[in-house]
Amino acid sequence: MKNQTKIRLTKLVIHVLALPILVYQYYLSVNDLNGADPVKAIIHFTGIGGLHCLLVCLSISPIAKWLKLAWLMQCRRLIGLYSFFYACCHLISFIWFELGLNFDLFLAELFKRQYIWLGMLAFSILLLLALTSPNSIKKHLRSHWQILHNWIYPASILIWIHFYWSRKADITEPFIYLIILLFLLFLRVKKIKISSFI
Amino acid sequence: ILKPLTYKSDTNSQLSLTPESKVISYNNFYEFGTSKSDPAEHAHKLTVDPWQVTINGLVNKPFKLNYEDLYSKFSLEERIYRLRCVEAWSMVVPWIGFKLSDLLKLADIKSSAKYVAFETLERPSEMRGQSSRFIGGSIPYPYIEGLRLDEAMHPLTILAVGLYGKALPNQNGAPIRLIVPWKYGFKSIKSITNIRLTDKLPNTTWNLSAPNEYGFYANVNPKVDHPRWSQASERLITSGGLLNQRRIPTQAFNGYQEEVAPLYKGMDLSRFF
Repeated sequence: MKNQTKIRLTKLVIHVLALPILVYQYYLSVNDLNGADPVKAIIHFTGIGGLHCLLVCLSISPIAKWLKLAWLMQCRRLIGLYSFFYACCHLISFIWFELGLNFDLFLAELFKRQYIWLGMLAFSILLLLALTSPNSIKKHLRSHWQILHNWIYPASILIWIHFYWSRKADITEPFIYLIILLFLLFLRVKKIKISSFI
Repeated sequence: ILKPLTYKSDTNSQLSLTPESKVISYNNFYEFGTSKSDPAEHAHKLTVDPWQVTINGLVNKPFKLNYEDLYSKFSLEERIYRLRCVEAWSMVVPWIGFKLSDLLKLADIKSSAKYVAFETLERPSEMRGQSSRFIGGSIPYPYIEGLRLDEAMHPLTILAVGLYGKALPNQNGAPIRLIVPWKYGFKSIKSITNIRLTDKLPNTTWNLSAPNEYGFYANVNPKVDHPRWSQASERLITSGGLLNQRRIPTQAFNGYQEEVAPLYKGMDLSRFF
C-alpha cells in the first residue's frame, strides 16, 4: 500500500472515531436521553474526549519512531485539531448549557475560579496552535512555528490540572491520566529545553 | 419492588417535581462509587431488611428501631423539598418520612446534650466504595454527619423512609436517611445506623476530608462561594434536554430563611459556613 493511501485511511479512521460519537452524545443530551443531567454528561464527555485526543496526539511521534512509520506523522495534525474541536464544544457547552449564556456569570467565574481560568489559558494555547496549523502559515512562521507548537506540552499539563481541580474528591481517574501524560512527556525529556519555548 | 407507603400528602408545595427516573438514577453515594450513576448500578447489593438504627448517647431512654418500626412507629408525611447539592444543582423531591424531633423526643434527651451525631452503615462486603479507596473516592468511612440540637429539633428536619409514594430505593439512602432542606445535600446522611446525642461538636465526613471547602453548618448560602465554584445560582434538574435548562438564583437557606434564620442569629455565616 502506498503511504498516501495509508494516510488517507488513517485519517478516515480518525474521523469515524471522533465525529459520530460526538454528534450522538449531543443528540442524546438535546433529547434528555443522556442520564439525569444531560448538561453534565455533555460537558464531561467533550472535556474527557478532548483530553483523549490530546494524549493520542502526543503518542503519535513516539509510536511513529518506535514502529518506524514516518507517514503516521502526517496524521497528527488532524488529531490535534480534533482535540481543539472537542475543547471548543466543551467551552461552548459550559457557557451555553451550564451557565445559560450568562456572560456576567462566566466572567465572574473566569476571574475567581482557578480551574476555569486555567482551562481558558489552556484553551487559548490550543486556539493559537489550531490557527497556526495550516501548512501555509507553518512555512511563513519558519523556526518560530516549532517553538509555538512546543507549547502543547505546558498546555497538556494545564489541561490536566483543570481536570483535577474540577473534581470534588475522586482523584483516581485524574491520576491515571497523569501517569499516562507524564510518561508521554518523559519520552521527550531529552529534547525539551527552556529554549524550546521562547 | 419497593413497598408502597401510607402517608399524609404535602399539599402546600408550589414546586414542580424532578421526574422520579432522575431522582433515582443521579445520586452522590460514594459508598457505591463516585460517579453519579454508580449508586443506581451497585446499590442493589445492599441488604436493608433486617436493619437496625440505634439511638443512644446523652439520652435517658436509648432505644433501637428495627426495619418494620421505620414505617410503623411514627406517622408518615410527605415533604416536597428542593435538594440543593453543594455542586450547584438541585432537584425537587417528594420525600416521605417523619420529623426527627418525634424520634428524639422518644429518647428523652438529657439536658447536657448539645449535638446529634449520625452514622451510615459500614459494610464493605455490600458497599464497594468502602472496600476500595479507588472506588470510594478516598473519603473516610463510615460516613458521619452532625447537627446542632436545635437544628435537629426543627420541624423542617425529617428522617425520610420513602420518596414518590414508595420506600426509598437503596441508591437514595434506604432504608432511612436524614433530610435538612436548608442545608447542602451532603448533610442529609444516607442509610443511617446510629443516632447519638452528644455534648461535643461532632466530626463530619466532608469537613474532615476538605475543611476549607465544607464546613460543619453547610447552610445553603448564595453569598458564600465554594472555593472552586459560585453558589449564587444553581441548575434545577427537571425534565428537559440541553436546550431546555433552568438556572435559578440560589435562595438563602434554600428558601427557608424565615423559618431557620433565627437559629443562626448573631453568627458570622461566612466564617461558620
